[in-house]
Amino acid sequence: MSTFSPDTEEALAGEVARAHAAREPLAIEGHGTKRAMLRPVQAAHTLSTRNLTGITLYRPTELMIRARAGTPIPEIEAALAENGQQLIAEPPDLRALFGTEEPATLGGVVSTNLSGPRRIMWGAMRDHVLGIRAVAGDGEIFRSGGRVLKNVTGLDLCKLLSGAHGTLGVLTEVALKVLPAGEATGTLSIRVKDVASGAAALSAALGSPYGVSGAALLLEADGITALARIEDFAESVTYRLGRLREELAAHGEARLVEDPRPLWRSIRDAEPLGAAPEDAVWRISVAPSQAAQVVASLQGAFAAKLMLDWGGGLIWIAGPATTQAHGAVMQAAAAAGGSFTLFRAPAALATGVPVLPEEPLPLAAIARRVKAVLDPAGVLNPGRMRA
Amino acid sequence: MISLPAPKPEILARRDTILADLARLLPEDAVIGEPLRLRPYETDGLAAYRQIPLAVVLPRTTEEVAAVLRYCNANGIRVVPRGAGTSLSGGALPLADAVVIGLMRMNVIREINYEDRYAIVGAGVTNIGITNAVADDGFFYAPDPSSQLACMIGGNVMMNSGGAHCLKYGVTANNLLGLTFVTIEGEVIEIGGRHLDSAGYDWLGLITGSEGQLGMVTEVTVRILRGPEGARAMLAAFSSVEVAGAAVDAIIGSGIIPVALEFMDRPCIHACEAFAHAGYPLDAEAMLIIEVEGSIAEQDMLLDRIRGICARFEPTSMKVAESADQSAAIWKGRKGAFGAVGRISPDYLCMDGTIPTGELPHVLKRISEMSVQYGLQVANVFHAGDGNLHPLIMFDANDADSFRRAEAFGADILTLCVEVGGCLTGEHGVGVEKRDLMTKQFTGAELSLQRAVKSAFDPEWLLNTAKVFPLEDNPKIAA
Repeated sequence: MSTFSPDTEEALAGEVARAHAAREPLAIEGHGTKRAMLRPVQAAHTLSTRNLTGITLYRPTELMIRARAGTPIPEIEAALAENGQQLIAEPPDLRALFGTEEPATLGGVVSTNLSGPRRIMWGAMRDHVLGIRAVAGDGEIFRSGGRVLKNVTGLDLCKLLSGAHGTLGVLTEVALKVLPAGEATGTLSIRVKDVASGAAALSAALGSPYGVSGAALLLEADGITALARIEDFAESVTYRLGRLREELAAHGEARLVEDPRPLWRSIRDAEPLGAAPEDAVWRISVAPSQAAQVVASLQGAFAAKLMLDWGGGLIWIAGPATTQAHGAVMQAAAAAGGSFTLFRAPAALATGVPVLPEEPLPLAAIARRVKAVLDPAGVLNPGRMRA
Repeated sequence: MISLPAPKPEILARRDTILADLARLLPEDAVIGEPLRLRPYETDGLAAYRQIPLAVVLPRTTEEVAAVLRYCNANGIRVVPRGAGTSLSGGALPLADAVVIGLMRMNVIREINYEDRYAIVGAGVTNIGITNAVADDGFFYAPDPSSQLACMIGGNVMMNSGGAHCLKYGVTANNLLGLTFVTIEGEVIEIGGRHLDSAGYDWLGLITGSEGQLGMVTEVTVRILRGPEGARAMLAAFSSVEVAGAAVDAIIGSGIIPVALEFMDRPCIHACEAFAHAGYPLDAEAMLIIEVEGSIAEQDMLLDRIRGICARFEPTSMKVAESADQSAAIWKGRKGAFGAVGRISPDYLCMDGTIPTGELPHVLKRISEMSVQYGLQVANVFHAGDGNLHPLIMFDANDADSFRRAEAFGADILTLCVEVGGCLTGEHGVGVEKRDLMTKQFTGAELSLQRAVKSAFDPEWLLNTAKVFPLEDNPKIAA
């Protein structure tokens, strides 16, 4: 078991070409923060982008930042913050969840397409990828997209690689759209009697004209709390919170949360879930109105710890790492017409079950052909997404 | 002129059989074969190119689309998907040996859900039709291409259409949840759903903007958004392109993201004013239309800030709308820009490159030099926030040399866009128009990779053949 950490894209491409020629699979990672996500990779060697670092272009007035794939997210966030800007999708910091130490890299958060609470209003990580450089499974370097905000030139391989968990190419550089950070953040909290009424309150908030940029539901021992966030200029936040409070009156009395930023950071990072080290962790994505039914079905099946984001549409679940619990998650997601991910689990579970929904047969056939195009010898992260 | 592949003689020879077969697969009124009735389908928004197709079919259901695709695939017949035919890049231009599959009869809105904020609509529903269906309840569908009265959501998905408001709300790809996708084999696949971010490969993202190269879309689940409390525009005019560009940078740099930020150059201001009498300043070299959203007080706050920023750049004039009517007046000229240019010139080509916004002064200077060189006038409108530039090149289609120069001028502009770090097309798509310029933006290896991804969906290259990818290096197409 060895790890290659090339200093240049060219050298990285060389390692991939060698692996391709030798038919030797590679585990692809940045800092390995999410190494335990989905299924374990079957590979003798690891290829890391950790030495491909640095912001290569940042144009605040063009709302664009470009960096090499191994650049740590905090470094990018710091550079943006100096100009009052931010990563729009608010990608989570999952070190606590995965028990890892180094911060996530740009390539890692794009490859996993992980987005935080702001996703509900402003889009996912993949929505803001303007351009990529990547190395295909045969060692060929290619680009897609570019550095401008609007670009429909050619097939959008940026989106194909975002969320592909390194199985269709190794990202070496990514350009992202960025936006100004709201001057102020305000949050209302409402005690609700159950998940259905919580989702209804959040639906009302998200259906209001006040630009709600976070809508979460916390299930705690002493009750359920719905949270709605507004980020904007200070005058706007004050005004909009007032109006929103009136609009939500039918759902309960809204209280102002003091200093809400740490709270949203913890929601972003799934801390309120309270996953124990031995728990498996799942995510289900459904239409928010389905949340109550999903939660009820999970609670009926096992001792589920739960946390909801995206207006109730994103359901974080922690529970026993058993095939029985996994079956309940798959069934609940399917019954609600949604999608699931076995986010974190011991290898014994993760290798024995589908960690993502199966694709219908014609799509699976297309997927195999696309994989064969981008990784002909199947050396990139084999086994990561599917057996 | 851009060359089209030679029609397959064996297909042309079997035309009557093919029409009879299609008539068995579809209701009688869904198959068009008579030359006169094919005529309306010979072109799209890129009217300089015309070709009567082999046949046109107008299915009403996903199953009918699947049946036609299955039949065409089994018989090696090329297929051209078509929405409203508004493509400015020739995306729906027929081929002589192709069946055009028109989506306009799939125009039913199947479901509107305010609780979960989505609508499920047939691919033939117009863009504005979606917003109209939800507007009374205060909602809207965000992407708003200029052709929104006519263009259909199926076409929007295929071209990943944008609009004037996508700086804030994103383009089509950012506003979709699910698609009903039909492969060339006639397999019907549900992609995504009513929820965000399905796990697995992002087929939704890959298919969006694929210009009909990968398959057809028959039904679309779009996100609908609650509209703002209100919106208001202001106008600021400047003595030079450079100064106007600097004002744009300063606005964005201040942390304000206007919902729209439009730039017009002098020729465009004059054309629009003559057409719309919108009260545009004729003494200015460049003009910005800036729109903000929120309550009246919020609009006032944001417009005050923007006015303060613009004031630092010595504007030749500024006008802040005091009402919705005044806002509409400010927008009136801009929205009529294409029509306005159409009035002062017999024909025009609408280009669609994107540039890094900081390159605007340089690019406009080069375009005006080219204008002299080619002896053709040009007017520029620019989505200034996101760098999407629309030069309108004026020419006379009855003069072959004028058309040839216009095309060469356009190609030079797009090449320049790529050179300064931008791209060939921001929202209109490559289509047939920019197909042969793809080598300016991508290496041969990159194009091969994209072609191979297409082949994974469409091994025989029957879907919208001769669009997007240069014909060279393609064994499936004889030029």
